[in-house]
Amino acid sequence: MISIEELKAIREKMQPTLGLRDDTKQTRIVVGMATCGIAAGARPVLQALTEEVAKRQLKDVMVTQTGCIGLCRLEPIVEVYMGDEKTTYVKMTAEKAKQIVASHIVNHQVVTEYTIGANE
Amino acid sequence: MYRAHVLVCGGTGCSSSHSGEILEEMNRQIKEYGLENEVQTVRTGCFGLCALGPIMIVYPEGAFYSRVKVEDVKEIVEEHLLKGRVVTRLLYDETVDKDGGPIKALDSTNFYSKQVRVALRNCGVINPEQIDEYIARDGYQALAKVLTEMTPQEVIEVVKASGLRGRGGAGFPTGMKWQFTAAAKGDGKYVCCNADEGDPGAFMDRSVLEGDPHCVLEAMTIAGYAIGAHQGYIYVRAEYPIAVKRLQIAIEQSRAYGLLGDNILGTGFAFDIELRLGAGAFVCGEETALMRSIEGKRGEPRPRPPFPANKGLFDKPTLLNNVETYANIAQIILRGADWFAGMGTEKSKGTKVFALGGKITNTGLVEIPMGTTLREIVEDIGGGVPNGKKFKAVQTGGPSGGCIPAEYMDIPIDYESLAAIGSIVGSGGMIVMDEDTCMVDMAKFFLEFTCDESCGKCTPCRIGTRRLLEILDKIISGKGEMSDLDELEELAQHIKDTALCGLGQTAPNPVLATLKYFRDEYVAHIVEKRCPAGVCKALLHYEIDPAKCKGCTLCARNCPVGAITGKVREPHVIDPAKCIKCGLCMQNCKFGAVLKK
Repeated sequence: MISIEELKAIREKMQPTLGLRDDTKQTRIVVGMATCGIAAGARPVLQALTEEVAKRQLKDVMVTQTGCIGLCRLEPIVEVYMGDEKTTYVKMTAEKAKQIVASHIVNHQVVTEYTIGANE
Repeated sequence: MYRAHVLVCGGTGCSSSHSGEILEEMNRQIKEYGLENEVQTVRTGCFGLCALGPIMIVYPEGAFYSRVKVEDVKEIVEEHLLKGRVVTRLLYDETVDKDGGPIKALDSTNFYSKQVRVALRNCGVINPEQIDEYIARDGYQALAKVLTEMTPQEVIEVVKASGLRGRGGAGFPTGMKWQFTAAAKGDGKYVCCNADEGDPGAFMDRSVLEGDPHCVLEAMTIAGYAIGAHQGYIYVRAEYPIAVKRLQIAIEQSRAYGLLGDNILGTGFAFDIELRLGAGAFVCGEETALMRSIEGKRGEPRPRPPFPANKGLFDKPTLLNNVETYANIAQIILRGADWFAGMGTEKSKGTKVFALGGKITNTGLVEIPMGTTLREIVEDIGGGVPNGKKFKAVQTGGPSGGCIPAEYMDIPIDYESLAAIGSIVGSGGMIVMDEDTCMVDMAKFFLEFTCDESCGKCTPCRIGTRRLLEILDKIISGKGEMSDLDELEELAQHIKDTALCGLGQTAPNPVLATLKYFRDEYVAHIVEKRCPAGVCKALLHYEIDPAKCKGCTLCARNCPVGAITGKVREPHVIDPAKCIKCGLCMQNCKFGAVLKK
């Protein structure tokens, strides 16, 4: 027999899973997952982003993938679509991805040193 | 942590179109590509857009794949799950952004944008066989609130204030029914759920049971607390095997968590639920017949009073509500009576689930606020009548209902408005008809059904429906007389006034409604011996247009009864006495010379 606290705990635990099944998100994080991206290590980046968003229980954020963005030498690439703004981050790693979530997604501070502008 | 979820519809409709095999193939391909730790597959309940099944939705993008075949699965895994390239050709057309942008949200499509999913909120979102997923969507929070923060009377007040009315068809105020049963004196009360859904064309309750069985269990437990009962029965028709299985699993999982049984959530309240299976009798959807059936007797209704609230199952006070009625309870408790009463019309609050069928593009299940107009349902949500045909009428309420003709397209759908024009909201079945539907034939279809399903206990129904049917048969076979119409009306009214239960009392409704709005079709059948819609076989005849006939003899050679004569290169003639109206000549003729009149 579960108690009311245990009932609430199950709900908390399952929220991130169910949260994924909602397509009315405002912010989109897109990871380039074409052959170039995967070869450069985009899978761990995708994984890290998904976990971080779930861990922080961020609503309104979708993490998805796309094909080749075109700048193969700068892969792994992550694009953040927030409101009317699009920011392109290049040469991403799982660590940098977590920083992006904390800084850009949560605190709305673009991490300029990882953007394409700073790495050309 | 899964980065993608693949939801495959496991409702009856999609299951019979092999969605089970699609799910198996999906699991196989995901393993093949090594994605088992990244992609989760879920078998969910009905999404509602049954016309486009089998349906698969992939999150987080919300890609709504429709008419999926087993052969498509490999492509979806390779392109979408692995490479992130959505398979556009399989997407539901309305979600595709023609300018190449991201997939449009389902909520923006015509089918979904006007829907407000309350009873169906979890259908198509959760795995109904996983109680944890129900809990994640606030499941059993309402029960917790009720057991710890509210008295039984407070619960009843909330239900009363919400304005919820019985969704099984009668529309009786639910709060009042709970109040009566709570006030009844008796040791040992029962809570029952009517899951017998017998109306042809109705599958609202089926989808709730298959897609979200826990919402019914939770609501019944809340009802038990409110009226002072500790045992519940769900009477579910055996023709819904998937629903039965999902209910059994849900009850077991609920019991395992102690959400059913003794000492629920540690509050000391005890409540348990058992299933009872129906055996195919429509009359057992009638409340008193249903209770007799649970008692192990032949399902037959009895006079009321006494009402089940005072004397029902095993002669104890019993609360019986429909599946959809229960499906609204948890949300009303959590979000408040005012939230529910804020939707709908003055006397018909909340939302209603409708099963759209017949001559409509988007056949399926929709849940809309009461008061939505018929035009919005047929043209916006339903996508209109296909093949360029003209809308003729909508039949609501199944065999108990009337019809709504085109002149009332702007009528709001609620209990009062429909009653005012001689129709009913009923349980939610809504069958759309076009110019090719014969209204006399339609009335006969429903009357055949009720005549067959009559339990036989009372004379007006047992004999009356049969006499009505005989008169309709007479009219349809071309032997009708104008006096038959008066007899139909008189007999129909007698049956309505004297039958023992709702089956008999409402069986004449399709006849009366079609006589009221489509009397001209009846008259054509009788006086002109003609079926305007071209449906009633006995009144059809096939003839050859001599202007178009080239005398090729193809029809004559293929006629199974040798009814066509004619010389080569001369116009042929069909002998109506021999013609069996099989239509083969019309199919074979390459010159369009065979006409059906």
